[in-house]
Amino acid sequence: MTPQWIALIGASVFAYALKYLGSAIPQSWLAHPRIQKINSLIPISLLSALVIVQGVTEKTKYVIDQRAAGVAFAIMALIAKAPFPVVVVGAAITSAVVYRFK
Amino acid sequence: MKRDSFTVSITVGAYGIAFGAAAIADHFTILQACLLSLLLFSGASQFAVVGVLGAGGSAASAIATSTLLGSRNALYGLRLAPILNHKGWRRAVGAQVTIDESTGVALSQDTNKSMKQGFWYTGIGVFIFWNFFTLLGALGAKAIGNPSAWGLDAAVPAAFLGMLWPRLKGRDTWAVAAASVVLSLTLVPFVPAGVPIISCAVIAILLGWKS
Repeated sequence: MTPQWIALIGASVFAYALKYLGSAIPQSWLAHPRIQKINSLIPISLLSALVIVQGVTEKTKYVIDQRAAGVAFAIMALIAKAPFPVVVVGAAITSAVVYRFK
Repeated sequence: MKRDSFTVSITVGAYGIAFGAAAIADHFTILQACLLSLLLFSGASQFAVVGVLGAGGSAASAIATSTLLGSRNALYGLRLAPILNHKGWRRAVGAQVTIDESTGVALSQDTNKSMKQGFWYTGIGVFIFWNFFTLLGALGAKAIGNPSAWGLDAAVPAAFLGMLWPRLKGRDTWAVAAASVVLSLTLVPFVPAGVPIISCAVIAILLGWKS
């Protein structure tokens, strides 16, 4: 089995287990403010790491290329309060243009 | 409310195009891209699976990152349980569509009945459109070839940024984001791909515990 299949099956099983768990366990278990706080911060830490790692690294090296230009566009678009599709499509176009002319 | 559900479903669902394309760019097959949308069905987790593996990470770090990102769905389920009051197969099906959008629309309604409707219309609606557009994106990406030439390699981090941005409210959140950027970048040369990302969960746990 390839890593893709292992990841697909493993991630899907755990994701469903978490979704089901929430509706099945007693209310008090996850209601603690600390758990709530950690839970709201986890996506922030992982998404921040994903943005930077996917933007400027390749495996174990730092690589500044067209992707960084795309991410830079995305940051400016978000500051300018652009809607989600504009952010993503604009980043892709920026990256594609830099790739074409580099 | 039905209109809210529909608007959310189609706009979020259309974004499945980006996921389908990203999955192909990261060397997943069309079948695998579609199965991820059907079975995993949680945007950030899906992007994390293809992103971590695409960057050379192991299946274990892809699963760990995806699962931590999906942990918020458990809290959504918990929040919704007394409202939906599901049993049996409804609980089993409802669990699969317990995501950001269905929870968001449900909790923004005034009556119990419209909360239930909002949850189901949005959950099922996003599911249908998200899966349809995933297939479209995957087929499209297969057809166009070199993902870098089309900017797909930048679309994925841009998508993560778009998911992150609305969550950045207040000092705590910016501190966690900044610390995670620094920690992950510092770890990159020293540990296998994928590990720098999952390691950042520690920052969320430490800061969440202290506050």
